Amino acid sequence: MQYFLRRLAVFPLVMLGVSVFVFVAIRLVPGDAITAMLGTEGGMLTPAQREALAAYFGLDQNWAVQYLRWLGGLLTGDLGISVTYGQPVLDIILERFPLTLQLALMSMVVALAIGLPAGVFAATRAERPSDLIVRIFAMVGQSMPNFVVALLAIYILSVGFGVLPTMGRFIPFTQDPLGNLAQMILPAIALGTAFAAAVTRISRAAMLEILSEDYVRTARSQGFSQSYVIWRHALPNALIPVLTLSGVEFGYLLGGAVIVEQIFALPGLGRVVLDAILQRDYALVQGVVLFIAFNFLLVNLLVDLAYAAIDPRIRYGGRK
Amino acid sequence: MTTMKTVTGAVALALSTAMVAPATAQTLNVAWSQDATGLDPHTQPGFATIRLLELMYEPLVRLDANLELQPAVAQSWEFSEDGTSLTFMLDPEAMFHDGTPVTSADVQASFERILDEATGAISRANYTSIVGIETPDEHTVVFRLDGPDAPILNGMASVNAAIVPASAIEAGTLDTEVVGSGPFTLTDRTPNANATLTTFDDWHGGDVAYDTIEISVLPDETAILAALRAGQADFALINDPLVATLVPQTDGLTLNSAPTLSYYVLQLNAAREPMDSLPLRQAISCAIDRQDILDAALLGEGDITGPLTSPAYRTDPSGLFCYEQDQDRARELLAEAGYADGFSATVIAATGEPPTASAIAQVIQSQLGEVGIELEIEMQELSVYIDRWLAADFDMAVALNGGRVDPYTMYNRYWTRDGNLQGVANYIDDTLDRLMIEGRAETDEAARREIFAEFESHLAEMAPWVWLFTGNTYTAQVDGVSGFESSPTGTLFGLVDVTLAE
Repeated sequence: MQYFLRRLAVFPLVMLGVSVFVFVAIRLVPGDAITAMLGTEGGMLTPAQREALAAYFGLDQNWAVQYLRWLGGLLTGDLGISVTYGQPVLDIILERFPLTLQLALMSMVVALAIGLPAGVFAATRAERPSDLIVRIFAMVGQSMPNFVVALLAIYILSVGFGVLPTMGRFIPFTQDPLGNLAQMILPAIALGTAFAAAVTRISRAAMLEILSEDYVRTARSQGFSQSYVIWRHALPNALIPVLTLSGVEFGYLLGGAVIVEQIFALPGLGRVVLDAILQRDYALVQGVVLFIAFNFLLVNLLVDLAYAAIDPRIRYGGRK
Repeated sequence: MTTMKTVTGAVALALSTAMVAPATAQTLNVAWSQDATGLDPHTQPGFATIRLLELMYEPLVRLDANLELQPAVAQSWEFSEDGTSLTFMLDPEAMFHDGTPVTSADVQASFERILDEATGAISRANYTSIVGIETPDEHTVVFRLDGPDAPILNGMASVNAAIVPASAIEAGTLDTEVVGSGPFTLTDRTPNANATLTTFDDWHGGDVAYDTIEISVLPDETAILAALRAGQADFALINDPLVATLVPQTDGLTLNSAPTLSYYVLQLNAAREPMDSLPLRQAISCAIDRQDILDAALLGEGDITGPLTSPAYRTDPSGLFCYEQDQDRARELLAEAGYADGFSATVIAATGEPPTASAIAQVIQSQLGEVGIELEIEMQELSVYIDRWLAADFDMAVALNGGRVDPYTMYNRYWTRDGNLQGVANYIDDTLDRLMIEGRAETDEAARREIFAEFESHLAEMAPWVWLFTGNTYTAQVDGVSGFESSPTGTLFGLVDVTLAE
C-alpha cells in the first residue's frame, strides 16, 4: 500500500516533466498553425492579417506565458480548446478514447489467445519439428510490419468477404455490439498478430526455463500428469515476463495505433494526435500526449501490482 | 469445387448484407483522404476545406465545369461603362439554411469582413480594388472600385468569398457552425473522420436528386479504392495519380479526370548567382525534357503547359521558348553565360507534397546532369519547405503552385512589381509589369487573350521559372452514379447534378 502511494506521488512530477517536454517539442517543429492552414498562400497575408491570425491561434504570447496559461488550465481540468476542432481538448480525448481502449484490449486478447498456447506448445516440444514451425511463424509474424498485415487483411477479407473497414464511422459497442466487433476485428488482428509472435517467443523461452526447474521435476516425479504440471505449476511462473511485455505493449497501444488507425480509418487517439501534429494544433497535441503519458504510467503501476498477485514471492516495500 | 465456391459466395453475401447498413437509394457515400481543416469559409484556402465548404456556402457567382461564370447568390451582374463599379442583382429566392433570405446587407457584411485585416481572410488580396459597398435595396449590391478591375469577377467566384449571414458574423460563430445558402446543410461532423450533409430543400438553385451525403475520411487512398470495390463508397476524390490509374482496371468503377489549373514548375531563383544570368536560365530550360519527366514521375498523367493553365487562355505550348529539349543549344547557352563546364546548385522539394515531388526532382537532376549541371536534391518536410520557399531561400525549387481562372489573379502576386510574392519569384522586368497592368484593366476578352499570350511568351523566354506540366484532378465513382462533371478547379459542386440508380 505504501509502495502504491509512493508510486502515485511520483505521478505529478512525471506529468510535469512530460508537459514541459511536449510543450517545447511541438513548438520546436518548424511551422505553426498558420503555416499548416495556409501553406505558401501565407505569403499573401498583410502584416496586420498575420498578427490577427497569430492572436486567433494564441501564438502572439511568448512561450512562458503560453505555458503558464496552459498549466493553470490543466490544474482546473481544462486542457484548452483545439483550434482545428473548435472543441475542448478533453471532450475530443474522451470521445476518441473508448475506441483506442477497445482496440488495445482486443489486440491483447488476439495476441494472448494465439501467443500463449503457441509458446507453451513449442516449449513442450522443444527442438522438435513442430517447435521449429511455431518459431518460424513467430519470426515472420514479428518481422512483418503491421501495416502490411493490415493491407493484406483489407484486401483478402474486405474485398473478398465483405468484412468491412469502418469508413470513418465508428459504431460504439453499446450501440451495436455485432457491428462494432465487425469493425474492430480486422484492426485487432493486424495489431495483435505481431504482438502474438512476441508473446509466443517470450512464453516459450520462459516455459523452457521453468520446465527445467527442480520443483517441476518434483511435481512430475509425484506422478502428476504432464498437462497438470504445465498449466498448474509451470505456466503461472512463466507468466511474469509475459506480463511485463504485455504491460508495456498495452500501455503503448493505449497511445493509439497510428498506422493501423490510419489504414482502417479508425477515429482513435493515434489519428487525432497525428492530424493534430500535422495541423500544428498545439493544445490538442499537448493534451493527447499528456493523456497517453498518464495511461502509460497507470498501466505500469498496475502491472507491478499484478506481479505480486501472481507471484507470492514478490512483495513491495518490505515487511511492516 | 463448385459447391465450395457457392458456399463461400453465399457466406460472403450473407456477411456483406449483414454488415452494410441497409442502403437507402437516397444516400450518396463519398470518401476522401483529407478532411477540411476548419469551417470558416473566408480564412481557409486549403483544397480539402474548399471541397467541403462549397457544398454548403455560395459565393455571388460560381464557375461551371467550363469555367464560365454562372449565377449563385447573384442572379445577374454588370460593370458600369467606365469599369469602376460592379452591380449585382441578388436572387430573391436565395435563402440561408436557417430560413432567412439572403439580402444585400449580408453581402455587404461578408465583404466587409473579408476586407477587414483583422479577419485574416486569405482572398482579401483579390478585392483590394473595392473602395466602397452600397446597398440601394434589399437585392442590389454595388461595389465601387478604384479603377477598372476585370479579374475581380472571377476572383469572387470562390467559396473564400462566400456570402454568410450578417448575424453569424456578429455572433462570431463562423468557425463552429455552418449557415450557408448552398445546396446542403451540415448535419453532423467529426473532424478527420466523417460528416453528414443533408439536402437543403429550399435551395434556390434547384432540386437535388438524393437526400444525404455521407462523407468518410479515409486517410489511405488504397483503402479508398478498397471501399469503392467493396461498395462502401459510391464516389471518391483521389489525389494520387498512381491510385487513380488503378481505378479503370476495376470492373464497376469509373474514373473522371480533368486537367487542373495548378502547375508543376521548376522555380529558378534569379536573384542568386548564377541564375541571374539569362542565357544560363535559358540553358536550363533547353536542357529539360518535359514529356520525359511527366512520363517518369506522373505516369504520363498530365499535360505539358506554359505559364497559362486556364482553358480560355491556354495554348499549344510547343511554340514557346525551347519547349523541345535541345541539349546542344543548352550547352551553347551555358558557354555564352560563361559556364561552359557547367555548375552546381541545390534544388528543394517537399516530401510527399505533392506525392510526385521527389520523382520529379530526380528526373530533372539526371537531365541537367547531361549538360554538366550538377544538382543536389534537398527533400524537406512541408513546413520547412514552405518557410524556405516564402523566404526565397533556395537555388531552385520543385513546386506545385495553385492556378486561377484569370491569369491576372493567378500571376499578379509573382510578376508585378508590387506583387505579394514578387520576393519569391525574384525576377521582374518592365514588359511583365506592363502586360499585367494592361491585362487587369482590359475588359475585352479577345484583347485580354492577346495581352496574356504575349506575357506568356515573354515569361517563357526570360525563364525565371521553367513551367513543366499540369496534372489531373480525379474522382472515382461506382456504376449507378451518374451526372457528375469534373471541373479544372477540382470542385465537387457537380454532385448536385448526380443521380443514383436504385
